[in-house]
Amino acid sequence: MTSSMLILIVALIGIFAYFAGRIRAAGSNGRTHSRPGYHGAYVALSALIPALALVLVWSIAAPIYINGKVHAALPSDLKSDPAIEALSFNSVVGISRGLETIPASEVAAARSGTKTWNEVLAAGNVPVAGDLRPEIISAAQSMNAMTESSRSTLAAIAVAVSLVGGFLGYRRVSARFRARNLVERVILVGLVLCSSIAILTTIGIVFSMLSEAVRFFAVVPPHQFFFGTVWDPRFAAAGSGGAGGQFGLIPLLAGTLYIAFVAMLFAVPVGLFSAIYMSEYASPKFRALAKPALEVLAGIPTIVYGFFALTAVGPFLRDLSSSLNHLVTGDASNFIQAQSVITAGIVMGIMLIPFVSSLSDDIITQVPRSLRDGSLGLGATRSETIKKVVLPAALPGIVGALLLTASRAVGETMIVVLAAGVAARLQLNPFEPMTTVTVKIVNQLTGDLEFTSPQTLVAFALGITLFAITLMLNIYALYIVRKYREQYE
Amino acid sequence: MSDAILTASVPAVRRDIGLKRRYAAERRFRLYGLAAITIGLVFLALLLTSVVRKGYTAFVQTEISLPVTFSEALVDPTNKRAEDPQILAKGKYDKVIREALAAQLGFDAKDLKSGKAADQLISPSARVELRDMVLADPSLVGKTIDVSLLAEGNIDSANKGQIDLSVPEARRKVKDQQLTWMQQLKDAGKLKFAFNTGLFVNGASSRPEAAGLGVAAIGSAVMMLIVLALSLPIGVAASIYLEEFAPKNKFTDLIEVNINNLAAVPSIVYGLLGLSVFVNFLGMPRSAAVVGGLVLTLMTLPTIIIATRASLKAVPPSIRSAALGLGASKMQMIFHHVLPLAMPGVLTGAIIGLAHALGETAPLLLIGMVAFVANYPVTPMDPSTALPVQIYMWANEAERAFVERTSGAIMVLLVFLILMNLGAVLLRRRFERRW
Repeated sequence: MTSSMLILIVALIGIFAYFAGRIRAAGSNGRTHSRPGYHGAYVALSALIPALALVLVWSIAAPIYINGKVHAALPSDLKSDPAIEALSFNSVVGISRGLETIPASEVAAARSGTKTWNEVLAAGNVPVAGDLRPEIISAAQSMNAMTESSRSTLAAIAVAVSLVGGFLGYRRVSARFRARNLVERVILVGLVLCSSIAILTTIGIVFSMLSEAVRFFAVVPPHQFFFGTVWDPRFAAAGSGGAGGQFGLIPLLAGTLYIAFVAMLFAVPVGLFSAIYMSEYASPKFRALAKPALEVLAGIPTIVYGFFALTAVGPFLRDLSSSLNHLVTGDASNFIQAQSVITAGIVMGIMLIPFVSSLSDDIITQVPRSLRDGSLGLGATRSETIKKVVLPAALPGIVGALLLTASRAVGETMIVVLAAGVAARLQLNPFEPMTTVTVKIVNQLTGDLEFTSPQTLVAFALGITLFAITLMLNIYALYIVRKYREQYE
Repeated sequence: MSDAILTASVPAVRRDIGLKRRYAAERRFRLYGLAAITIGLVFLALLLTSVVRKGYTAFVQTEISLPVTFSEALVDPTNKRAEDPQILAKGKYDKVIREALAAQLGFDAKDLKSGKAADQLISPSARVELRDMVLADPSLVGKTIDVSLLAEGNIDSANKGQIDLSVPEARRKVKDQQLTWMQQLKDAGKLKFAFNTGLFVNGASSRPEAAGLGVAAIGSAVMMLIVLALSLPIGVAASIYLEEFAPKNKFTDLIEVNINNLAAVPSIVYGLLGLSVFVNFLGMPRSAAVVGGLVLTLMTLPTIIIATRASLKAVPPSIRSAALGLGASKMQMIFHHVLPLAMPGVLTGAIIGLAHALGETAPLLLIGMVAFVANYPVTPMDPSTALPVQIYMWANEAERAFVERTSGAIMVLLVFLILMNLGAVLLRRRFERRW
């Protein structure tokens, strides 16, 4: 019996229990404390929860127990070396999986000796490495037998538990029984579990990346990574252990910050002035049209911006520089590369405009009306009011908004993958390509992976660096924005 | 300062407070704001027109219809198809096409040079198409029928006028001879544009004319279903707890900061999480839609939680008090009254979160969805790819015909996003209540 089948049966018992409880509660004379549905739900829950918990625990514990048994049963000469032991265990697992797909007649033929195991397994598309020891086959067979018996035991116990649970729950149904309180307590536990997923995600991010990064730092010392100025990871050659590659973070970090800086240089004035105009000058009609139109920019996927940079902005800037050069010096060579810091920066800046404008718009509108009225009443013009009163009052909030935007610019991936180039260089010319942390994470992790080489693991070290940078920016920004909001509430 | 000195020395009835200068500054300031909005909108327009201008041609495709003769000598030379129908799969369909072209264009089929140039008129995928036709209906052998075949990518581009014909022939992908033939076919009414259904049903292909979005669209749809099925209930449950039950203490504060931070974590970090937890630790298959769906779920959750909390907060306390006053428990008050009233806001948030997830590329690259998938995935565990990833892969191809297809694919993706966002706006307009 497969586990999905088992869960289906238990679920059916649960549905049956629900209606049984409901009918019993409705049928009991007098007024019940809880409505019949709650009684039904109580009976269903008492049938489901113990059984499903058992299935969960069992399906985690049983493979561990079985694997331990198989390990113990392996012949002692295979257990002398941990590497060989792991290898033969893997082949046991592979063969045991294969045996399930091979028809029973074939297995019988192999067992009686009319065919060799190698023939049978090869016919069933099971990869077999070289000569097959009989111990491996028998281990695989005993593994299958154990799995099978574990499955049927689980099925029997789970169905029994769910029936008994349902029956006990059913017995408790009566007019005075407070089913609702119990059911609501279970729902509350479910709600708490759901909201802890947010915490679990953060813990997952930190731990998964830390554990891989620690493996990376075991090969490459941290100071070489954090302070290295050369990025040259080489290819993961088999057997070399990845030695010889240089993993310097500095050129990538410089590229990331440079591109983010160019993007902010473009997005901040445009976004801020749009926000000021929208909140202070625009008529409601204009605002109702222009604000959503500008926010469309935020809804466009970043891959589309990347494609725009690759096929429109980059070639345009390259041709522009070439004709400018031709005008000035007569030499028609281009001084802006199609993939360059400025291309990526401008396109990323376009993407960031709506972030800056809508975040600062919110903050500017939060500045109390009385401040404006006071300034206008003293005879200041509107622009003077904005520059001398509104903006200083909104400044902390705006700084927070800009930090949030900067964190987005640092973590942006698809635009830089397509528009910034892949050469990790440490230089200051914005017309040349540079690369970023995110580009290198993508580069190191696409294609065939081997999870032991530092060439792959370095992506996690880069990832944790990126996470740390954006985390600091976000938390500081959120702190500022929150504090600011409280100030005027 | 200078104004003050000036007004002090000249006894005027009306003090000069620099009104002219200040009004000019006012107008300038206002203009800056207008200019900023214009810049933003101009870039939006540029982006959209650039995509549409490059991509609208992707929806039609050049087809060449030819009378094709499935002669027995080429398709089944040993005449064994009665016993073994699979022998038809080995027929020389490229020769079949070449003979059809030779007959149509009037050159000798034995002439290798013309033959090769003529072969390049028709997509290599046409052979497979003919083979499948014959395999499906072996009685076609020996017959002549009219078949519409896909033109090769470069021929398609030339027919759309996208190839610069002033370039010398040697450096051009389409030769003069082929151009004459194209004209000849066009005059005979054999070469014409047809709607490009392949773009919507085919899978990945190295040939631009045969590449399509079908497989990627299915992958995206499966992932969106997973995201919706997981993130909506979990997100709503989490927000109900945080908004209605959670006591104000350090722990809920931590969750709060956490959720706000998770909403701003770069998406690529979620990809790393998926790779190391789902693929590496839990042993799920790489490039499977289920892993992509889970990663996108985690990414969408904060958006949904933030939107749901806002709309729960907007339900006025009077509703709550009324429900409690009539004897409802807190749980009943929430599930029977508050949540239904907050539902339009919740759904709007969910749709916006889904739209965001639909366009997300970076995390999917890391979990290996950037794969050459030509077949439709059957289960969520099968290798699959997604719309934005397909766009990324096509954007890296050099051929002219792929640029057009990339833009076409972007248009398809944008139409989906616009539809989703319109849905969200309509939902908000139609059902949202202001209290």
